[in-house]
Amino acid sequence: MNQSQNGFDNNKDFVSGETNAQEHVHAQGLAAQQEHLENLKAEEENYRVISPARMVAKRFFRSKLSIIGLLMIVFVFLFSFLGPILVDATWGYGETEVFKVPRISGLLTTAGFEGADGNAYQYYDKSETIVNFKAPLSFDHWLGTDTSGFDVFVRLMYGGRISLIISFLVIFLEMTIGTILGGISGYFGGWVDIIIMRIVDIFACLPGLPILLILSATIASIETIPAEHRIYYLMGILTLLGWTGAARLVRGQILSLREQEYMLAAETTGIRTSRKIFKHLVPNAIPQLIVSASLGLGGIILYEATLSYFGLGVPFPRAAWGSMISLADPSKGQEILANYPNMWVPAGLLIVITVLGFSFVGDGLRDAFDPRMKR
Amino acid sequence: MGKYIAKRIGLAVIILIGVSLLIYMLSMLMPADYIDNQTAAAVQNGSMTLEDVMRLKELYGLADKSFVGILKGYFTWMTSALSGDLGFSFLYGRPVTSVIGKYVWISFTISLIAYLLQIAISIPMGIKAAVYQYSGYDYSVSVFAMAATSLPSFFLAALLMNVLSIQLGWFPLQGLTTATRIFPAGFTFAKLVDMAWHLVLPIMTLTLLSIGGLMRYTRTNMLEVLNSDYIRTARAKGLSESVVINKHAFRNTLIPLVTTLSGLLPGLFSGAMITETVFAIPGIGYMALRATQQGDIPFVMGYNMFLAILTVTGMLISDLMYVVVDPRVKITK
Repeated sequence: MNQSQNGFDNNKDFVSGETNAQEHVHAQGLAAQQEHLENLKAEEENYRVISPARMVAKRFFRSKLSIIGLLMIVFVFLFSFLGPILVDATWGYGETEVFKVPRISGLLTTAGFEGADGNAYQYYDKSETIVNFKAPLSFDHWLGTDTSGFDVFVRLMYGGRISLIISFLVIFLEMTIGTILGGISGYFGGWVDIIIMRIVDIFACLPGLPILLILSATIASIETIPAEHRIYYLMGILTLLGWTGAARLVRGQILSLREQEYMLAAETTGIRTSRKIFKHLVPNAIPQLIVSASLGLGGIILYEATLSYFGLGVPFPRAAWGSMISLADPSKGQEILANYPNMWVPAGLLIVITVLGFSFVGDGLRDAFDPRMKR
Repeated sequence: MGKYIAKRIGLAVIILIGVSLLIYMLSMLMPADYIDNQTAAAVQNGSMTLEDVMRLKELYGLADKSFVGILKGYFTWMTSALSGDLGFSFLYGRPVTSVIGKYVWISFTISLIAYLLQIAISIPMGIKAAVYQYSGYDYSVSVFAMAATSLPSFFLAALLMNVLSIQLGWFPLQGLTTATRIFPAGFTFAKLVDMAWHLVLPIMTLTLLSIGGLMRYTRTNMLEVLNSDYIRTARAKGLSESVVINKHAFRNTLIPLVTTLSGLLPGLFSGAMITETVFAIPGIGYMALRATQQGDIPFVMGYNMFLAILTVTGMLISDLMYVVVDPRVKITK
C-alpha cells in the first residue's frame, strides 16, 4: 500500500495484460481467445501504462526549460570537476600557480601651458613599466591572469568545485535535519510539535546575512581552526540558517498523510514508530523535498558567493567565484572594474548559469511531480 | 478575531525572546571585539595593561564570556532594551538607537522606491504572462525574471557600474553626494537632485533583483485563479475577455499579493547590506556591515534585534492581512 502511495520509489511497471487476459478468456473458444489476445495487444500499444518514476521523467523532459537547466548543470559540473583534472594532466598546474607574463604598460599624460615667450606648449610625460600580472587573454591563459598572476580560467574551475561541493553538502544536511525534526513534529503533534515548531520559527526569524557575517568572522578569528577547515564550519552555519524550510515542508506533508487510511493499516501491523515515520510517511514527502532542494541549491551558492565576496569564504590563495568578483569592488580602486572585465565577469556569469540551472531543474521537477498539472 | 490577534502577538513575543537570546549569544561569540582592536596598540607599547582592558570590558558588560555570564549580560541588555536603550555604539560614538534612527531613512527611501517600482513592473508582467501562458511572452518574461533573481547583487551592481557609470558616464559610481561639491547646510534643491542622481544605480539594482520573485508569484496565483470555475462562468455568460481578466480574475489574484506585499513593508527599513556597501551609500546596512567587521558588539546586537523585530512584524502583518483581505477566511480557533 505504501508503494502505490509513494510515487517516487516505485519502479515496477503496471503492465500486466498477460495474466488478466488468460483469466478473462477462460471459457471461450480458441479462435475467440486468439482474437481477444490480439485485441489486448493492440490495446496495450495504445495505452502503455508506465511507472510513476518514468512518468515524472517524461513530464520533466517535455519542458524545454528543464532540459536547458539540466544541460547548464551538467556543463558547470564538467567544467568544475573534470576541468581541473584535465588542466592538471595537460599542463600540470592548479589554482595557485603564479604566472609572470611580462608586458609593457605605457602611461601617457599630457598638459598644455603657455610659456614665458607667449607660445603655447604641450607637455608630454610618458612612462613605461613592466607589469608581470594582469595579463590579457592569450592562448596560454584563456582568460588572462589576475592581480596575483593566477590563471583566471583555471581558478574558475576550482571556484566552481568549492561552490558545488558546499551547496550539495549543505542542502543534504538541511534536508536531513529538516526531515528528522519535521517528521517527529508532524507525527507526534501536541507538545513536541509546538516546541519544535517554535524553534523553527525562531531560526527562521534570524537575520540571515548579518548572522552569517558575524559567525564567519568569529570562525576566522579563532586561531585553533586552520584556515582550510573554515569552510566546513561555514557549511555548518549555512545549514543552521537554512534547515527550517525543510522542517516546515515535511511537517506539513506528514500532518495530512498521517490521517490517511494506509497509515491506519500500518498502525495495525504494530511496527515501530520510527519505521512508521521514516518508512511510511517521509518517503511520500520526498518529491516535495527534492523540488525544494533543487530550488534551494541556488540560494546556497549565492550565500557562499556573498561570503567569499566579503573575504569570509575559502581563504585567499584558493579560488572562489565570490572572491574573484570582489576584485571589481570599486572601493578598492576602479582599475579592475573598468579595464579588466576578464577577471570578474566570467565568475559572475558562472554563478548565474549555475543558479539559473538549478531553478530551471527545480521548476521542471515541480511541474513533473505535480499530478494536478494542466497542459 | 480579538483572540486570533492576541494569539498571534503572543507568538511573536515568544519568537522575539528566542531570537534575541540567540543573537545575543552569537554576538558575544565575536572574539575580536572593538575594545580589543582599539587597545591592541596601546597594550603592545605598554601604555595600557591587560587589566585596564579587562576593566574597560567590564564597564561595557563584555568581560564575562562564560555561559552564565552571557545569560546575565542578556538579562541586563534586555531590561535596558525594553526601556528603549540599546546601548552605546563604540564605532559611531553614539547611542545605537540614534545611529539606527539617523541612517535608516536613507535605506528606507531606496527600498521604498525599489518596492514601488517592483510592484509597478512585475504585477502587470506576471498577469500578462499568466493570461498568455506558454506563449513567447510568457517564456521570455519567465526566463528574464529567473535570470534576474539568479544574479548575485554585487555582480549586478558591478555590471551596472561598469556599463552605466564608467563606460557611458551617465551616473556617478559611488557615494550619496558628489564628494567634490560642497553644499550649504540644510536642505537645497541642488543637493536633492545630486542625491537622487547617486541613488539611481542602487535602486535599479534592488529593483532588478526583486522583480523576478514577485512576477512569478503573480503569475502562479493568476494562473490558479484563471483555472477556477467562476472564471469559466464569467466567460460563458459572454463577458469580454478584458472584463474577465481585469475585473474578475485580477481582484482575486490581489488577495495573496496584498497579503505578501504588506508583509514586506517592515522589511523596507532593514537596509540592503550588500548593495549599500558596493555603492558606498551610508544607509543602515552599510553601517551595520562596518560595525560587524570592526566588532562593535552593541551596534551589531541592536541592529540584528531591529531586523528581527521587523521580520516578526512583517509576519504579523501578513497573518492579519490574510484574514482581513479575504472574506472567505474564517477563524476557527
